[in-house]
Amino acid sequence: MRLIQKVGDWFDLRLQLGKPIRETAEHPVPRETASWFYVFGSAALTCFMLQIVTGILLALIYVPSAGEAWNSLQTLNHGIALGWFIRALHGWGSNFMVAIVLIHMVQVFLFGAYKFPRELTWIVGVLLLLVTLGMAFTGQVLRFDQDAYWGLGIGASIASRVPVIGPWAVNLMLGGPIIAGATLSRFFALHVFIVPGLLIVFVGVHLLMVLKLGINEWPMPGRIVRRATYLQEYRELTHKQGVPFVPSAVGKDILFSGFILLSIAICAVYFGPFGPGGQPDPTIIQTAPRPDFFFLWLYALLSFLPPSAETPILLIGPAVGIVVLLVLPLVAGEGEKSWKRRPIAVLTTLLIAVTLGTLTHLGQHTPWSPVMDAWSSQPIPSEYLRGRTALERRGALVFQAKQCHNCHSLDDKGGQRGPALDSVALRLTADQLIRQVIQGGGNMPAYGKNLSPAETTALVAFLKTLHPASQPPARDASRAIALGASEVTPR
Amino acid sequence: MSAETGMSRRAMLVKIGLLLNGIVGVVLAVPIVRYLVSPVTRERQIGYESWLSLGGLEQFPAGQTRLATYRNPAVNAWDGETADIACWVRNVDDQNFQVFAINCAHLGCPVRWFAQSSLFMCPCHGGAYYQDGSRASGPPERGLFQYHYKIEDGKLLIKAGEMPTPGQPVANKAGGKPTCA
Repeated sequence: MRLIQKVGDWFDLRLQLGKPIRETAEHPVPRETASWFYVFGSAALTCFMLQIVTGILLALIYVPSAGEAWNSLQTLNHGIALGWFIRALHGWGSNFMVAIVLIHMVQVFLFGAYKFPRELTWIVGVLLLLVTLGMAFTGQVLRFDQDAYWGLGIGASIASRVPVIGPWAVNLMLGGPIIAGATLSRFFALHVFIVPGLLIVFVGVHLLMVLKLGINEWPMPGRIVRRATYLQEYRELTHKQGVPFVPSAVGKDILFSGFILLSIAICAVYFGPFGPGGQPDPTIIQTAPRPDFFFLWLYALLSFLPPSAETPILLIGPAVGIVVLLVLPLVAGEGEKSWKRRPIAVLTTLLIAVTLGTLTHLGQHTPWSPVMDAWSSQPIPSEYLRGRTALERRGALVFQAKQCHNCHSLDDKGGQRGPALDSVALRLTADQLIRQVIQGGGNMPAYGKNLSPAETTALVAFLKTLHPASQPPARDASRAIALGASEVTPR
Repeated sequence: MSAETGMSRRAMLVKIGLLLNGIVGVVLAVPIVRYLVSPVTRERQIGYESWLSLGGLEQFPAGQTRLATYRNPAVNAWDGETADIACWVRNVDDQNFQVFAINCAHLGCPVRWFAQSSLFMCPCHGGAYYQDGSRASGPPERGLFQYHYKIEDGKLLIKAGEMPTPGQPVANKAGGKPTCA
């Protein structure tokens, strides 16, 4: 022991770091902050360190070349001992990091920690969220498979919509005219050097401010933040009733970080690494590209925006959102901290959470996308064919052959792009069915040129049978008067 | 020499030093910026596009729409399969052709042709196009991007080399009628 002490002293005489480290570790924090609510920041940092370590390990094998990246990922998965595990750790670590950063942000927001004097800490935190998402997106590109390739195409299409400089932005982003070798190289540089560099700088500044300004005290309803008095109040809170960060508060941080690391490892072992999916060969078009989990909400949003509003919302929306987050502490730097007295803050958080959750859920199920193979892989349920005439069955065949099933479901099978047709005969009369099939409309293509009159007749005859047995189909009440009794039942 | 003049000389030295570094910084910045923006500036005079063969006309029977592939002209050795690009060729009547980009005009996903219903469908956000490339339904604001084409020695040539994106003037230019036959 005495030898260790001696060696330690030898180094400390020269480095002179012992005292500042001890002071930092033992700095007083408000007693109530030794709480399970205050563990997310340190957990995010733990995730980041795991990402650095596993990222460096992956870089030992990974080849950032468009021609070789996919093969090197296969080698990592199958050819190197436990390469799959390192990839899985990095992939799951990324998911956990984004999730914990978001939880941390919500906690900080609801506890009013962004108020005076911690405005800049919040602003740097917003930048940290952005670079974390930047890491997630660029990392998804490095997993150079079909999803990465077409994901880059989506990114380029969005970038191209920027007024004036759009086409240049695309070339700068792709490093050339198409998604190819230069594109992967620059995303590698972004993911491995540029964005992590920013992340390290921002984390350093963020932590420095947490130490200098002190951790946010537990918000009490009625304890109002005022610029004139806050610093004095905080000093009393920490020095009179405070506890040293080490060892009083650090225990929960360490435990939670360990729990998170364990969870990442368990997910990595149980679920394995993410992909890679199909080869990044753009001539293989039998693919339905989809972004990673944290961008699914955006993917969903893009299918719901009306075409005319899409470009402005896409370009202005994120900028507005970021500016709102950045200026939040500057306009609301004083006042009540407790979420119990900030109903609008709570409701806003809930609204955003529900919105993102709903969009993510939709993004997983993509009801707006045609099911590209439903026409050939999903048969029409037999009860829809039983007891039907030859013409109606012929219509069912048209329904399959003309890919109607790709967008319209029967018995919950098939696409959800258009309405389910299980009871369409209740909603539309025969004439309306013919009109809809031939002219389309309401986001349905017109099939007039693609269906012969015989096919249309058969298809409509089939569609007219689609109603519950207990309910009569829709009929045109004026038809009997206009055409005489003999024409009441057309065809 | 007084202390004051000594101070001013040192201050002068600092200023000259800063000025020198500023000049060197600007001198270095020019090549760095040019290097960074080279994907935009390089070959801009002649452009990225050139005439490429999609193969003999016999591959594209009249009245049908077929998938064709070509190797992008501006390639690096390490591009691998990413430089192989697909496109849809529609032979209207053996005289007139239409060559559509594989990329959906919404966000660039690969559209698929369904001959039975004569529709192009996009797997991403459900855009659909008629056989002539015009918009049928879904989020796209316009029809499919089209390449200029010409026929030489029984081969179908298209002018290609850059990924079409919605904001690109090149992509919009070819959206109308075919240039020549």
